[in-house]
Amino acid sequence: MSVFINRDTKLVVQGITGRDGSFHASQMVEYGTQVVAGVTPGKGGQTFDPDGKGARGVPVFNTVEAAVTATGANTSVIYVPPAYAADAIMEAASSGVKLVVCITEGVPVLDMTRVYAFVKERGVRLVGPNCPGLISPGQSKVGIIPGRICVPGPVGVVSRSGTLTYEIVYQLTRAGIGQTTCVGIGGDPINGTNFIDCLEAFERDPETKAVALMGEIGGTDEQEAAEYVRTKMKKPVVGFIAGQTAPPGRRMGHAGAIISGSAGTAAEKIEAFEKCGIGVAKRPIDFVELIKARLT
Amino acid sequence: MNLHEYQAKDIFRRHGINTPAGEVVTTPAAAEAAATRAGGPVMVKAQVHAGGRGKAGGVKFCKTPAEAREKATAILGMKIKGLTVEQVLVTPAADIASEAYVGIIVDRARKKPVFMVSAAGGIDIEEVAAKTPEKIRYHGVDVRYGLMPFEALELGFFLYNDARLARAAAKVMQQLYAAFMASGCSLAEVNPLVVTPAGDVVALDGKMVIDDNELERRPDLEALRDVSSENPAEVDARNNNLTFIKLEGNVGCVVNGAGLAMATMDLVKYYGGEPANFLDIGGSSNPDKVVNALRIITADRNVKAILFNIFGGITRTDDVANGIVTALKANPLKVPLVIRLTGTNEEIALKILADNGLEASADMDEAVQQAVKLAAGGKAA
Repeated sequence: MSVFINRDTKLVVQGITGRDGSFHASQMVEYGTQVVAGVTPGKGGQTFDPDGKGARGVPVFNTVEAAVTATGANTSVIYVPPAYAADAIMEAASSGVKLVVCITEGVPVLDMTRVYAFVKERGVRLVGPNCPGLISPGQSKVGIIPGRICVPGPVGVVSRSGTLTYEIVYQLTRAGIGQTTCVGIGGDPINGTNFIDCLEAFERDPETKAVALMGEIGGTDEQEAAEYVRTKMKKPVVGFIAGQTAPPGRRMGHAGAIISGSAGTAAEKIEAFEKCGIGVAKRPIDFVELIKARLT
Repeated sequence: MNLHEYQAKDIFRRHGINTPAGEVVTTPAAAEAAATRAGGPVMVKAQVHAGGRGKAGGVKFCKTPAEAREKATAILGMKIKGLTVEQVLVTPAADIASEAYVGIIVDRARKKPVFMVSAAGGIDIEEVAAKTPEKIRYHGVDVRYGLMPFEALELGFFLYNDARLARAAAKVMQQLYAAFMASGCSLAEVNPLVVTPAGDVVALDGKMVIDDNELERRPDLEALRDVSSENPAEVDARNNNLTFIKLEGNVGCVVNGAGLAMATMDLVKYYGGEPANFLDIGGSSNPDKVVNALRIITADRNVKAILFNIFGGITRTDDVANGIVTALKANPLKVPLVIRLTGTNEEIALKILADNGLEASADMDEAVQQAVKLAAGGKAA
């Protein structure tokens, strides 16, 4: 099993003819994801050829609605420039897909206040923005997580980061520990899916036996997740917080990674983890031993 | 991006908020002239991106133009929290009967703009929140409807019992909300919002923080940036599409991805070192970025060793390797270099490095320990 995406995921790629969209659409096809449609306004009727061999052409549409009607897509992934991303998310949420994954970095936060209300009202799950997407190893990949670092197995992975997630997943894979699903929820202050949404899904998923959670400075999402683990979860969770050496008041790359005044520090998040029974990885490599101990 | 007080007040004024006029000047003579034009007692206020300007001596009351000149002489050039004061705001002094706080932030947990108002104004609102939380009222705004008049009035009555003052405050809140939304803010505050002895409600000081993600589509807001108030290396980095934050340590870090960059800094600390910077070269693999990153880091004289930590996903590690080689050919390093690199095209990258006499580790912990040791003056393992 897996969470959010699986073999039945039928994907529409918004921005499929752009530089990032075309590259990653090809990568997803190669991984085995069912990429059923692409959308680029003005390029409807064209065919996207993911491998240059002409055999696996993906039809391109002008609108997401047309793509969904024609192909039955149930999930969308977005690679469009930041100024258009909010509209792209709302278009997807209006089209009938149930899951929208927004990779785009740099979406203005006030745009996200409108988008968040919009997708919630329609019961659509949004992952991101500013995220690497999801992968259920061996089944489907939606986004940009490198497929070769993942293998199927019992660990659910959820993270606010991209490359740090790759680092830790890679360490787990090298140690022979596979994953059910890896979810990158994104580094922005307002995102569609938070840690608790993922923990809930992993708790329900029969094949997930333990969860690896990678947080960072800024906000209180990790503290709330810790409380959820303490009160609602039976499965073991191991956590890490990036940004212990970050100065207050500075945005550490991710728009959401900022200590405001004295709130959102790594120390307070680690303390919450410890209080709530989450195993604390002091270094990325520590995940391996901590997860191993909880799987036996 | 932080705005200066005078810039925030300009925006307030455009949205109809009653805020004192003022002039921004850069010399004591100009401060005197501005005070003469103001025609009464003035405040001379340092314009720097730092809180606690008053406590640091950067805000002074002046009875006469001559005094304004004298105070401006003292304030211009002074350092507040490490920032040099380049300009002062000369603004008419107001008599104050009471001080309140009105602010809006984008609240991450509630996913909407949230008003914070308090009758305990004029001081640090975090302190009020920590010590006397009951003195603050919070109100989340549904952005689809905006701040409705009845909501603004409720907040107004939380500040003032007097109906006329409550209505005046409610009007300020609607104006502030409009300014906040129109300027792509992540924070806007009036502190203090004062009532004068004559009963006027006036925004005496203001602050605005613009969401950095707005700047690309809003050149009018980008134009408000004061480059002189920023670290020159950080400006250089931003102009080259790098995210760089200078710190005080001696291990220079070049990493791809913000989370991994933070984790790398943390690991430097874990092994007993101190990171010299945060630097994210981002996801795209452009050798120029590496060249610029090395140029910026080596300009910091505190840096005693440089650590690359690259996990190639979208980033192609051969591009990074090419960037390193190009940069070293142009400017040979005076400090030791430790490279950790793994992922996309790593075989090609390792060959490029080896052909140029460079080695790379595949292990993050090993590389960090080595960089820490070298920065401390030790020999490579």
